[in-house]
Amino acid sequence: MLEKAVTGTKVYWGWIAFLLLLMSVGAACYWQQLSHGLTITGMSRDVSWGFYIAQFTFLVGVAASAVMLVIPKYLHNYQKFGKILILGEFNAVAMVILCLMFIVADLGSPERLMNVLLHPTPNSVLFWDMVVLNGYLLINILVGWVTLEAERKQVAPPKWIKFFIYLSIPWAVSIHTVTAFLYCGLPGRGYWLTAVLAARFLASAFAAGPAFLILVTYIAKVFTGFDPGKGVLATLGKTVVYAMCVNLFLLLCEVFVVFYSQIPSHMSHLQYLFVGYHGHGVLVPWMWSAMIMAVVGILILIVPKNREQDNLLIIGCLLIFIGAWIDKGLGMIGGGFVPNPLHEITEYVPTQLELGVSLGIYATGFLILTILYKVAIGVKQEVE
Amino acid sequence: MYDKNKILIGLAVFVVLMTYPFWNNIGSAAYQRPVLEKPKFAKECVEGVEFMRTEHMSMLNEWRDEVVRGGDHEYHSTATHQVFQKSLSKTCMKCHENKEQFCDKCHATVSVNPYCWDCHIDPKGENK
Amino acid sequence: MKTLRRDFLKIAAVAALGWGVRPAAELMAASGGGKSEGLFFASRHAVHAGPNALKATRWAMVIDTAKLTEEVVAAAVTVCHTTHNVPNIPGNQELKWLWETSMEHLFLDNHHEYQPEAAAKSALALCNHCDNPPCVRVCPTKATFQREDGIVMMDFHRCIGCRYCMAGCPYGSRSFNFKDPRPHIEKIDLDYPTRTKGVVEKCEFCAERLAEGKLPSCVEVSEGAISFGDLDDPESEVRQLLSERFSIRRSPYLGTKPCVYYLV
Repeated sequence: MLEKAVTGTKVYWGWIAFLLLLMSVGAACYWQQLSHGLTITGMSRDVSWGFYIAQFTFLVGVAASAVMLVIPKYLHNYQKFGKILILGEFNAVAMVILCLMFIVADLGSPERLMNVLLHPTPNSVLFWDMVVLNGYLLINILVGWVTLEAERKQVAPPKWIKFFIYLSIPWAVSIHTVTAFLYCGLPGRGYWLTAVLAARFLASAFAAGPAFLILVTYIAKVFTGFDPGKGVLATLGKTVVYAMCVNLFLLLCEVFVVFYSQIPSHMSHLQYLFVGYHGHGVLVPWMWSAMIMAVVGILILIVPKNREQDNLLIIGCLLIFIGAWIDKGLGMIGGGFVPNPLHEITEYVPTQLELGVSLGIYATGFLILTILYKVAIGVKQEVE
Repeated sequence: MYDKNKILIGLAVFVVLMTYPFWNNIGSAAYQRPVLEKPKFAKECVEGVEFMRTEHMSMLNEWRDEVVRGGDHEYHSTATHQVFQKSLSKTCMKCHENKEQFCDKCHATVSVNPYCWDCHIDPKGENK
Repeated sequence: MKTLRRDFLKIAAVAALGWGVRPAAELMAASGGGKSEGLFFASRHAVHAGPNALKATRWAMVIDTAKLTEEVVAAAVTVCHTTHNVPNIPGNQELKWLWETSMEHLFLDNHHEYQPEAAAKSALALCNHCDNPPCVRVCPTKATFQREDGIVMMDFHRCIGCRYCMAGCPYGSRSFNFKDPRPHIEKIDLDYPTRTKGVVEKCEFCAERLAEGKLPSCVEVSEGAISFGDLDDPESEVRQLLSERFSIRRSPYLGTKPCVYYLV
């Protein structure tokens, strides 16, 4: 089926070339990082995780969103999602690969990466994150490829694949739960030390992920004429808006607990993010933009009529996606480290090289996504 | 249909690349064991020459784990039945004091690049 | 034929399970009495100390904040950083094992503004060598581990630089080598290795000196302000001090059981 990826229009090849260009920029930046160390990033002794780990955290959520198609299709027999299911699964593949690349980019000694396998340590949540992420990657490659191949041959997919499809549901939940556990099990980090973190991660994931799927499906529709089916994206938009509502609700729960209890080590992080703390607040405008985007996005998409209109659906999804990205891809990690456990303030801003590496990684992920989507849509159009 | 030419060209490129180490070394001199500078004063090593030549790297790895992780600093030699401190810089390099003429010579000849001296200090301070 | 095969598979499965469980149960045994590194879970490493070594079942440090003069603090920090080749890197990517910080940052929950004039304004911060260390819990490679005598150690050879331990430490005691430290070490101490870029480091209670029968270097230069000894030994200096004077620890409510005590 891969041969579908080597024939395409000029636009397709132009896009591939563009991504390859970005990848080489990223590679050049990463070379700097390899030779000089993580000193080229904006990270510091106090803010020891930054943009890379934040992207990883956000993208785990986008990857997990495939389950929002699998559940309706396989548990509720909502057949309309059948047509875009493969897009969800292949999206998960590309996103998990992105996550893994961001983790490797964040390592101080990437040449020793295999120590995690040589000395497996189940008391570390990072060990479990490795297990669930790689497992989710394999499940989605397997399920996506086998079902697509069956579709191409116009036969029913083999029965055994059902096992992996059902397995992918709890597994998708697990990847984001374990990722939340990375943070929320740490003593002395008040912003993360909350049982609601995993739930909040999942809620924002099930908003941002399907929003992203809607957007890329539209892009695919424009460039390939792929038709997801009538009303399918509007239905998925419902998932987006409900999940974002839950996310905001959980955030408000957090805000209540933190500010009504008035425990300083828990309050200080939210203060830093939303109003600034002792005169420091680089993230304040970002966080408020995120909140406004989330609320406006919800207001647009909560109206069923709006979800039926392509333009409004796209705008709503864009707002919610970007809002969730700022919240998790910027605020979640930065906010957790400022102030530090001694209540000292060191702010974090990513450097250009750091962003360059990230750009290269994103380009690689999008290249994988493009190729997988090209194959999937190519097969679907061939069958029709 | 089957792009015979493309396949043949591809195969040719593959074969040329895979055999790179062989044809790249055609004409270069055969391997010769480098002559190392022997310790000036010490007569005995912690173990025999043959053993040290083949096993020093795994021995150092074991020492490393035993010292760092087990707090066990004493090495009981099977050759001399003496006790040595498990230490690259304090034991090995006390006698083999010239890193360039001892360690590096072999390592360079066989193209290995151990990262010991990224952290451990050559007592002569030459790798500062 | 078919039943035969099924029976065989059943027996094989049970056998495999039994064979798998027994050694696994032994190897996975977590804390307490673990002699060396567990195959999976982090366990306390036995210390095979030589005859000259200082030994204890639970090392602890007691810092008398009243005796910490400016000179003592400077001497302790300097001797620690020079004997361990801790680089001097300016800015927020700095490295520090032992450093001075104000009491209000050290004791967030125990500090108020109406302290007596004479009370110490600052004290020394370092790794607390917690009895229940979060850094060891989170490390994915057991590069940071705990010995039976309580010292939380770093295996610089194994650290992959993921910095999870830095997020896990509630005392900010860990530093990361963002760059090659060597150019930033004024005078390299030949008796101790430097680190390489990409690994985490911290105070190790001078484990290398204890093995040679010496007290930690900061204790040696502290003019009596810092005491070091066995918490399990009622006769030890640290136990004497703790029984005579009022002492506090940093954020004990986190359950980490820090083993650095401050006399106030």
